[in-house]
Amino acid sequence: MIRKLFRIIFICLVLLFLYAPILVLMVYSFTDSANIGVIREISFDNYITLFTKSELRSMIWGTIVLAVLSAVLATILGTLGAIGAFYSKKQIMVAINTVNQVPVVNADVVTGFSICILLAVVVGVSKDSFLPLVAGHVTLCAPFVYLSVLPKLKQMDGSLYEAAIDLGASPATALWRIVIPQIFSGIISGFALAITLSLDDYFITTYTKPATFDTISTYVVNATKGAQTEIKTALWALSTVIFLIVLCIVAAMNFAASVKEKNGKAGA
Amino acid sequence: MCKSIFSRKQLGIPYILFLFLFVIAPLFVIVFFAFTNGEGQFTMKNLTGFFTDSNTLGTLAYSFGIAIVTTCVCLLLAYPVAYILARSHMKMKSVVIMIFVMPMWINFTLRITALKEILTVIEGNLAFYPFMNTVIGMTYDFLPFMILPIYTTLMKLDNSLLEAANDLGASGRQTFFHVTLPLSMPGVVSGISMVFLPAMTNYVVLDMLYNSTYIMGSLIGSYFSAYNWNGGSMIALILLLIICIFTLATNRVADEDAGNRGGALL
Repeated sequence: MIRKLFRIIFICLVLLFLYAPILVLMVYSFTDSANIGVIREISFDNYITLFTKSELRSMIWGTIVLAVLSAVLATILGTLGAIGAFYSKKQIMVAINTVNQVPVVNADVVTGFSICILLAVVVGVSKDSFLPLVAGHVTLCAPFVYLSVLPKLKQMDGSLYEAAIDLGASPATALWRIVIPQIFSGIISGFALAITLSLDDYFITTYTKPATFDTISTYVVNATKGAQTEIKTALWALSTVIFLIVLCIVAAMNFAASVKEKNGKAGA
Repeated sequence: MCKSIFSRKQLGIPYILFLFLFVIAPLFVIVFFAFTNGEGQFTMKNLTGFFTDSNTLGTLAYSFGIAIVTTCVCLLLAYPVAYILARSHMKMKSVVIMIFVMPMWINFTLRITALKEILTVIEGNLAFYPFMNTVIGMTYDFLPFMILPIYTTLMKLDNSLLEAANDLGASGRQTFFHVTLPLSMPGVVSGISMVFLPAMTNYVVLDMLYNSTYIMGSLIGSYFSAYNWNGGSMIALILLLIICIFTLATNRVADEDAGNRGGALL
């Protein structure tokens, strides 16, 4: 009994460590105070600033557009790459797998810095063209899409494709209507992973971005060094909004999983 | 038939080209820059410079210290959490593990901002305890990445092995140290690899907490700000070597599907 209690307390303490900072900040985002410790009055000013200040709005939209764009590109490239690698000779597939692993294990600092050197210094592409930034983010995300699609290809029933071809489907049709639907769950989870990686990235962005462009990460890092209280507390509001969005998504995923389980269709 | 197989293989060509351009080429460029000076002439100065400068060597040692301590703290917190959750018969287990992993999906700079505010209230000036605060910050940032892989391997553990150990007269402690712990090593190792390397390079955590730049990653940052591509490349190359050695060492044991950057739950 004591042992069980001890376990519950331990779990709660670790949860407290992980969540206390963000929850306290959430509470304070609804007040007009600029420092933790003194609550004066309830106020929604932080939220008004967050949604009306143009510099904050463009930073948030920039982050989202960049994440979606690079996730789409990464998903297309990674999926095609996985299909190509899967049907190639074994040595070629092993080679692709190995190179694919490089950005996965590499530190983001090194990835970002090396892409910056290659594109901005050696080739001479201007960072203002957004090309290094998008290339960097796609390099970060595509290997993870590849890794989530490849296992699905291995699980797939290969004879269905052959059957479609034998029944007169063109390879393109067979690929689109037979292969893609079977690996679709892998594509989707790869896409979701790509979005979260791009949203969370700081290092690649900071080395490849145009000087005037900011994502949430680079903006927050600069803002913590600045002394502008208005911006600082507006970012508390942003944390609250992001926390609630993530919470909703996680709750929805849990709900979907439990419904699936009830219907007896629980997959891997 | 032959033609159709040919076309499927071809689909991989864009990705192969992409990997050449943005993964392989940058590595060559890094190596080239690391061994040349500003005029493009071959030099070993960057390399010897790194190993004779007490500042860079100190940073390297400090980074290792931070990474080792952070990994240990994460492991000491994460293993019990993963173990308690995996062994419990709670119905809501999957929900609880989700709660532990959820911080992964909140932007880490925002989370560090929150931590900074709280720590400032508790400690006053964060620069008084730089080492401790860095470890707290890194642990706060990376803990979910350690919990998830360990939990995943523990969940896959075959219960009959534990029952067998029990039947053969092993005590709870013996079962843990001779059965559970060895079998969960793949998860532990992939957790370590998810925490150790970022802890050596993620300089934003300490930069945000108390404006310090005393870690390997920030050396690249400072060379970058000074437009010193050659010095920066040498640091990147050294980091790359450390990463290579570390990955080769951990790959033998690591559990491949035990969660990569939060991908396992998606």
